[in-house]
Amino acid sequence: MRKAVALLLVLVVGAGFYVVLANIPFGVDKADVANHYVRNGARETGAVNIVTAIVVAYRGFDTLGEVTVLFIAAVGVGAVLLPASRPAAEEKTEASLIVRTGSRVLFPFIILLGAYILVHGHLTPGGGFQGGAVIASGFLLLYLAWPGQGAARKAFSAVESLSGLAFVAVGILGIVYGVGFLGNFLPLGVRNELLSAGVIPIIYVAIGLKVGAELAGVVGHLMERP
Amino acid sequence: MIIIEAILILFMLVAAVATSLFRDLISAVVTCAAVSLLASLLFYLLDAPDVAMAEAAIGAGLTTAMFVVAVRKTKRHEE
Repeated sequence: MRKAVALLLVLVVGAGFYVVLANIPFGVDKADVANHYVRNGARETGAVNIVTAIVVAYRGFDTLGEVTVLFIAAVGVGAVLLPASRPAAEEKTEASLIVRTGSRVLFPFIILLGAYILVHGHLTPGGGFQGGAVIASGFLLLYLAWPGQGAARKAFSAVESLSGLAFVAVGILGIVYGVGFLGNFLPLGVRNELLSAGVIPIIYVAIGLKVGAELAGVVGHLMERP
Repeated sequence: MIIIEAILILFMLVAAVATSLFRDLISAVVTCAAVSLLASLLFYLLDAPDVAMAEAAIGAGLTTAMFVVAVRKTKRHEE
C-alpha cells in the first residue's frame, strides 16, 4: 500500500515536471538580458569569463545574499555540533602511513590549485566558490590524515569574518565613489590580464577565502564531534 | 557527442537507482558520489566548466566526506 502511494506520488511529480519543462524552449534566444551580457559583458566589466561578470558584477547583490546564506548554514552547523569541551582525540586511531604521506605531499598543491582558481576567476572558468571548495577539500584531507589534531578553528572564523567584511567594505566603497553598492570604481585595465576587471578580483578573492574557511570549518565541526 | 552524453545519463540513472536500493549506507554514499561525478562530467561536456568545477569539488568531494563521517558516527546499515 505504502509503495503504491509512493509510486503514485513519484508519477504525479514526474508528470508535473514534464509538463513544466516541456514548455520551456531550450536553446532559443528569448531573454534580451542574456544577449546583452554575452555581447557587452567583457567590454562593460572587463572580465573575460562572462559567468564571473554576471555573478560578481551584474548580480553582485545576489552573490552577497548567497554568501550570507552559506554563512548562516555554517553558523547553524556550528551551533548544532557545538564542540565538546573535552578533546575528542582520545580513542581515535591514526590514519595509515600512505594517507599521511600522501596528504603531506598533496596538500600544498591542492591549496595552490584552489588559490589559482579563485584568483583567476575573471579570466578562466571558476572563481571564488569553486576555489574555496577546493581549498576546503585540502583541509578535509588534513583532517582525514590527522583526525586527532584540533583544527585552527579560531583562524577559520577570523578569516571568514575578515573576508566577509572585505566584501561588504568593497561594496560600500562603491557608494562612496558614487557608482552604487558593489559598483566598480577601479580602472578596468587591459583585458586578459590578472590585474584587470576593476573590483571583480578583489571581491572574488574575498568570496573564495570566505567560502573556503566556512566549508573547512563545517568539515572540522563534523570530524571533531565524537 | 550525443552518444557520450546519453551513456553518461544512463550511468547516472543506474547509480541513482542503486543509491536508493542499497541497504549498506556506505555503498549508497559512494554511488551518490558517482552520480555527482558523472553530473560534473556532463556539465563539462555541455560547456559549463564553472558549474562542473563546483559540482566536482562540493558534490563529489565535500558532501561525500560529510556523509561518510555521518554514517561512521551513526549506523552503517539501514533497517
